[in-house]
Amino acid sequence: MNDPVVLAIVALIGVPAAQLGYAVVIEGILERVPARWERILRPWLWLAPALCLLSVFLVYPALHTVYLSMLDARSATFVGVNNYLFVLTNHDMLLAVRNNLLWLVFFTGITVSAGLLLAVLVDRVRYESLAKSVIFLPMAISAVAAGVIWKFVYEFRPAGASQIGLLNAFLTAALPGFRPVGWLVNLLTDNFALIAVGVWIWVGFSLVILSAALKGIPAELLEAARVDGATEWQGFWRIILPTLSSTILVVTTTLVILALKAFDIVYVMTNGNFNTEVIANRMYKEMFNIHHFGRASAIAVLLFVATVPVMIVNIRRFRAQEAVR
Amino acid sequence: MVKAGASPPRPRVWQLWRARARRVPLHTVVVGLCLLWLVPAVGLLVSSFRPPRLAAISGWWSALAPPYQFTLENYRAVLSAYNMERSFLNSLVITIPATVIPIMVAAYAAYAFAWMRFRGREPLFTLVVGSLVIPLQMTLIPVLRLFTAFKLVGTFPAVWLAHAGYGLPFAIYLLRNFMGALPKDVLESASIDGARPLAVFFGLVLPLSIPAMASLAIFQFLWVWNDLLVALIYVGGTPAVAPMTVTISNLVNSLGQNWQLLSAAAFISMALPMVVFFALQQFFVRGILAGAIKG
Repeated sequence: MNDPVVLAIVALIGVPAAQLGYAVVIEGILERVPARWERILRPWLWLAPALCLLSVFLVYPALHTVYLSMLDARSATFVGVNNYLFVLTNHDMLLAVRNNLLWLVFFTGITVSAGLLLAVLVDRVRYESLAKSVIFLPMAISAVAAGVIWKFVYEFRPAGASQIGLLNAFLTAALPGFRPVGWLVNLLTDNFALIAVGVWIWVGFSLVILSAALKGIPAELLEAARVDGATEWQGFWRIILPTLSSTILVVTTTLVILALKAFDIVYVMTNGNFNTEVIANRMYKEMFNIHHFGRASAIAVLLFVATVPVMIVNIRRFRAQEAVR
Repeated sequence: MVKAGASPPRPRVWQLWRARARRVPLHTVVVGLCLLWLVPAVGLLVSSFRPPRLAAISGWWSALAPPYQFTLENYRAVLSAYNMERSFLNSLVITIPATVIPIMVAAYAAYAFAWMRFRGREPLFTLVVGSLVIPLQMTLIPVLRLFTAFKLVGTFPAVWLAHAGYGLPFAIYLLRNFMGALPKDVLESASIDGARPLAVFFGLVLPLSIPAMASLAIFQFLWVWNDLLVALIYVGGTPAVAPMTVTISNLVNSLGQNWQLLSAAAFISMALPMVVFFALQQFFVRGILAGAIKG
């Protein structure tokens, strides 16, 4: 099952062939059924592969997870809300909830505002597209690689030793009397050190979207404000910000979801040690280290519940878009 | 600038310079932030070429001054001794089918959602929009059990199917919006001329949707290539199948302070997505702008 050469051939020739074949076969069948049936069946046959995949990998598992969350560790006996009671009172889990709130506030807040600020700033320089590419670059690499990059930046050696981590080396050189900090183990700094990595990755996303929206504001509008004596600052708060508000909402909802699901960076850089635990990593541990599938499912359900408001916002926005189409 | 100062009257030159000077803070902030974004990655790249002896005792920036001492030894070491060569292949074998499968499936569904009338179309598509933000965590345990039952845990097809399923809502959403915006009269006149849906789809809709499908392909490619969670859950315990993200996250624990090795491993995993990114940046950005609500 795991011979890469055989699999590559199957995947590269077999899969597209099967997909093309499917369309030909269903249309062949539709030509042979009565016209009334043809009209009813056609959409469902075109949808069928997608609906199958969605049912098996999203709908059924999501519902089943809700059920599992009310069973014990081995999914054998019904325990009601016990898993939820445990999860909502357990110290590690409460810590994880606190940290996800930190992510929610600081990761989302900083990424949106930095993206907005940068969008306005790069709009005024000639090397705009170069600057945007540079800021956007971390979006292309994995959070794992970003974790390695930043773990190295945060590297700590005791005071007096030669610092090989960029941050401690820079601060020791720049500030006389600065004592090196173990950024990823110090309880005051570690969560923010992790959040900074998330910001480094995602500001490019926020910048690209907000910058595109900014280009949509007619230049005459800002020019007219300037002629009327408005400062750049007033122009930003009274024209740019209100015009971009719906785009800012789109970026914010995406980042809120990312903050709630934060996993890779934490898993790679601290694995939740030194009070940096997050909900998604907590679930991973319940699943693979403790093997308590009931609790792991309860954590997943709580994570899902936290995303429901965002889901409602997205569906409303989608309906509004459809209404004007 | 000196030459320009010779002809126009002095006050204009003065104003020009004052206007320039006012922009110094702007340039400082923009260039400074660009450096802040680049320098950590440059440090990683430089470290990956340093001999272990030096990497352990001095910062990577000291390698930028003579005497220059660089080596390819770290790359040789991680590729052979730490399973990175196999992992690179695994990442490829995982990513390519996991990108190809959902795009065609999504194109069929998007065609139905955009151009066919049927009962339940709106609620069903609203469900797709809603499922964009469902946390993967909601699905991990039942899908893992399903794979266990079919003896698929630790195999490539398991990861392909999982990624295909997880990538579908976004793919359908993006393609349906794009296909829905195609010119109505062109498609309708083709049907009136007697073209069957199969011909309309492969002859008109699919060729016209290539820009959107390209965006989607890059998106899904980078998403799967960079994924850690899905691989960790479904093949995490099988080194023969593990992609680079899983291998590197293990190396972070086992290699600890050997930064020259970790940085070489990380750079191997970054190389391909960075090439894709630079070559096809426009499609990537377009994809992001078209569907900024993926969960």
